[in-house]
Amino acid sequence: MTHIEEGILATLGVEEQPSDQVVVVEATDVGKWFGRLHVLKDVSLTVRRREVVVIIGPSGSGKTTLIRCINHLEKIQRGRILVNGHLIGYRERDGLLREDSERNIAHQRREIGMVFQRFNLFPHMTALANVIEAPIRVRRVPEDDAVATARTLLERVGLGHKANAYPSQLSGGQQQRVAIARALAMKPALMLFDEPTSALDPEMIGEVLEVMKELAREGMTMIVVTHEMGFAREVADRVVMMDEGQIIEEGTPEHFFRDPSHPRTKAFMSKIL
Amino acid sequence: MAIASASALVAANGPSLQFDTSFFLNFVFHPSPALLGGLAITIYASIIAQAAGVILGTFSALAGMARNPILRAMSGLYVWFFRGTPLLVQLFLVYFGTPYLFGVDLFPREMQLGPFDLRGAVVAGIVALSINEGAYMSEIIRAGILSVDPGQTEAAKSLGMTYGLTMRRIVLPQALRVIVPPLGNEFNNMLKTTSLLSVIAVEEIFRVADAANSATFKSFEAYFGVALYYLALTTIWSGFQRIIERRIGVSAAREEEREGILARLFGLGREKPEELTMPGGGR
Repeated sequence: MTHIEEGILATLGVEEQPSDQVVVVEATDVGKWFGRLHVLKDVSLTVRRREVVVIIGPSGSGKTTLIRCINHLEKIQRGRILVNGHLIGYRERDGLLREDSERNIAHQRREIGMVFQRFNLFPHMTALANVIEAPIRVRRVPEDDAVATARTLLERVGLGHKANAYPSQLSGGQQQRVAIARALAMKPALMLFDEPTSALDPEMIGEVLEVMKELAREGMTMIVVTHEMGFAREVADRVVMMDEGQIIEEGTPEHFFRDPSHPRTKAFMSKIL
Repeated sequence: MAIASASALVAANGPSLQFDTSFFLNFVFHPSPALLGGLAITIYASIIAQAAGVILGTFSALAGMARNPILRAMSGLYVWFFRGTPLLVQLFLVYFGTPYLFGVDLFPREMQLGPFDLRGAVVAGIVALSINEGAYMSEIIRAGILSVDPGQTEAAKSLGMTYGLTMRRIVLPQALRVIVPPLGNEFNNMLKTTSLLSVIAVEEIFRVADAANSATFKSFEAYFGVALYYLALTTIWSGFQRIIERRIGVSAAREEEREGILARLFGLGREKPEELTMPGGGR
């Protein structure tokens, strides 16, 4: 059984590209308001291929909102976000940005996987059906191929034996691993993780982080909102600290552990470590 | 007329109990071809109008939640008008009003609809019932859609699913468990409400019973007899409704247990015993 040697991405037939400088996400001066609340203030962020970026920050700092803007689950009022060089959610005409058609936005989202804090598995479908739904309906993958890929993916996240279980029959950690498999089944160029372990009981956090670490090591481009500094230390290329809608500090995980420069970062790090 | 004949009867015979048992039993248990025909119309008019009402209601509910303000306004206006005016008035408006408005006999006495030869009044009646029902279903379906966790839509969107696909595959199937119980009640109502079609001369069971009364003056027997027919229809439907709700209720109970204590105690890492999913199913 050679496939045991293969990684999660290899099972998808994704070539391991050499680490290069291709920019996957380029957010420039992103501004967003919820009513009067200014939640993102000129946020700029660049993420290159194979990079793993961890976003930390206190609640309400805008970190979740930022990654939700990257797949246009939230509108932005200022700036622009490019994924793989394509403007996300908007179309440019005469120098003005107008929201793109629903169909085009859906098309763009195929390339951007997302894992949610609350898993959001489809409760009326089995684990396997959750994973094959989008490949079949959106990518028009033949059912046999979709099922084969889904079974391999479930196997890789350690849930091959749970393919026919409904989400309600799975623990939180198992549900989140199915959710990761579901996102990966679309073969995204980028994975967004929105506090993927925050809703989990402590004993289940590890199993989800293990899957994420494996993905990171295999070269998946990832943006992860999390407070799991152990995860950051092990696999993150860069940590981004947000506070009050702004990126206040950026650096390697080591930098954040050793000598964070911003006083708010220091205070924050001392609380979560 | 029925009232006049009844009082004449009371005057002639004094206040003693008048009940023609053999007429009644015959009316109920040896139904005339007319009554059976009426029963058929009652049943198919109910089913068609309810089905059309569900379809209209689904579109109206989706329009009511659309981003486009014109669609929202149209849905609002539709629901407002048809829930706010009497069905009897709507029935007359459709049957007598619209042909006059358009100057075309929209509902001629005989209508050839595909393989079916229908009377115009039946068609007009079904149209009016459908439109009226659609307005009520619109609110029911809207509530069902709103009951689905918004995270479901977000997950579907994040997978690149379009709005239509998201609704069809993810949201509506989950909304069903909220929609089905009131939908069952709507159909129960519909079976009875078709009796209103008698006023535009549709030969459904109430009209047939009314004709039997006119011909025989056996008022109580005829009206009580037809009441039993309606009772039989709604009772049979209640049975179906319970079966349908139980089937949908099981999956609903499973979902509700997800975050509950039961799930934590029994749902971790192994199959749940079947009995645990049963309580709370249906209503």
